[in-house]
Amino acid sequence: MGGPVSFFFEVLFSGLLAGVMYSLVALGFVLIYKASGVFNFAQGAMVFFAALTFVSLVERGVNFWLAMAITLAVMIVLGVLTERVVLRPLINQPQITLFMATIGLAFFLEGLSQGIWGSQPHGLDIGIRDEPMEWLAERTGMFLSQFDLFAAAIAAVLVTVLALFFQRTRIGRALRAVADDHQAALAVGIPLKQIWAIVWAVAGFVALVAGLLWGARTGVQFALTFVALKALPVLILGGFESIAGAIVGGLIIGASEKLAEVYLGPYVGGGIESWFPYVLALAFLLIRPEGLFGEKHIDRV
Amino acid sequence: MSATARTVGLPILVVEGVSLAFGGVKALQGVSFDVREHEIRAIIGPNGAGKSSMLNVINGVYHPQEGTITFRGVSRRGMVVHEAAAQGIGRTFQNIALFRGMTVLDNIMTGRNLKIRSTFLEQAVWLGRARREELAHRRKVEEIIDFLEIQHIRKTPVGRLPYGLQKRVELARALAMEPELLLLDEPMAGMNLEEKQDMCRFVLDVNEQFGTTIVLIEHDMGVVMDISDRVVVLDYGRKIADGTPEEVRANQAVIDAYLGVAH
Repeated sequence: MGGPVSFFFEVLFSGLLAGVMYSLVALGFVLIYKASGVFNFAQGAMVFFAALTFVSLVERGVNFWLAMAITLAVMIVLGVLTERVVLRPLINQPQITLFMATIGLAFFLEGLSQGIWGSQPHGLDIGIRDEPMEWLAERTGMFLSQFDLFAAAIAAVLVTVLALFFQRTRIGRALRAVADDHQAALAVGIPLKQIWAIVWAVAGFVALVAGLLWGARTGVQFALTFVALKALPVLILGGFESIAGAIVGGLIIGASEKLAEVYLGPYVGGGIESWFPYVLALAFLLIRPEGLFGEKHIDRV
Repeated sequence: MSATARTVGLPILVVEGVSLAFGGVKALQGVSFDVREHEIRAIIGPNGAGKSSMLNVINGVYHPQEGTITFRGVSRRGMVVHEAAAQGIGRTFQNIALFRGMTVLDNIMTGRNLKIRSTFLEQAVWLGRARREELAHRRKVEEIIDFLEIQHIRKTPVGRLPYGLQKRVELARALAMEPELLLLDEPMAGMNLEEKQDMCRFVLDVNEQFGTTIVLIEHDMGVVMDISDRVVVLDYGRKIADGTPEEVRANQAVIDAYLGVAH
């Protein structure tokens, strides 16, 4: 094996796997958007907060799994508190108000996490090495990172669980109802506050998973909050309301940015990777603004 | 055209001395009336009389400053909306409040939400009980769909439906809750004659076949006089008359309120 074909597939697969990492972050956005119709500006801050809390605990000698459990508990408490303090007073307010509140929450979280744990960057080792897998390289000639495959597996499990949650369970249906109309949801007996607390807690859990994987790759530092920016084109491509969209969008973004970098990069001086997803997103906004899997809202006037 | 098969029973809902104010605006002042089991009770009155406020008090959207609401023997002043729903109070809204992104079927299924008993985990893995339960709820919902004659639009997203059908879907969702008390806020507003006749028929059928007690607000006097057993008349937040359609029609205060009177 080897040669241009194998190289193409190597680029494609490593792109797809990188895309899974974007999908993970995008998932957090989708969850909140589905339940409250709000673009949660604080998602990046939540990823950062989760990763920093986890890594600081581990550095203080807490066992890996215990640190994970504690961080998860912290994220759940954070989710419930967000509902109580930030969202509850804003029931039945326009969505832009809720969006503004999440911007405030983002700054608060960024300040809080650095206030508690300090602002120096940390390395994070989750025990999976970011190296090419040898047996795969020997058999196919492709160099794919073990870490990427691990992240993809985690993401696959997470997505399956969330998809079951939304499609099959009472809470899932209630969630979609709440996203559509608060008043009507209350009238059929859906406890709005409880649903919001649940969804923010789940989003906190997703932020933790994303934070661990991204933190392990790039180190836990303030720049982790910008991971959320990479989720933006993913969401535009996939649609803000769709879990499947977040996954497919992430894969497309990951694959296309790597392919563009390798095959188009040389002609325009490289560095395509960092801006190509946004161009793609812009093009999508022109062609299909609701995204690949988004719901098209038709309003009668 | 009053009902024959059903028997009107004892009061299921008692409203006593309810006063509600928004700042200086007195929406309701000492309003008392009762609703008997299985009856169709109308609340009428000129614009701004406090009809919708009254409905919102019954269903827990507003909490009155004075007075009590007694539903099935339990008295309370303030209650949370989803608790009212859990106790068997269903409602529709004056401005349709449907889940626009969902299909008709999914919208109606949300009405079954409170009745689902299987746990979250059972549902996620689609275990025996969850599966049987979901199917049973689906059957119930299909019955309601047949009842309201909306089979042809089951899979349509509600946002695409014409107004009259949206109103019907909203009624279907409320019925899926199998409420004991159904609050209808202007169910026929904005409808053409044919749609109104359909809706009247459905309201009467619901009342007759399911025995559901209904409180409705309506502007169309013809409709109110035709289908309701008893009528409460509100004007400027006060009750000015209460009785059968015939009594109310003959009441001087009501005539004055509607036609205006020289002071």
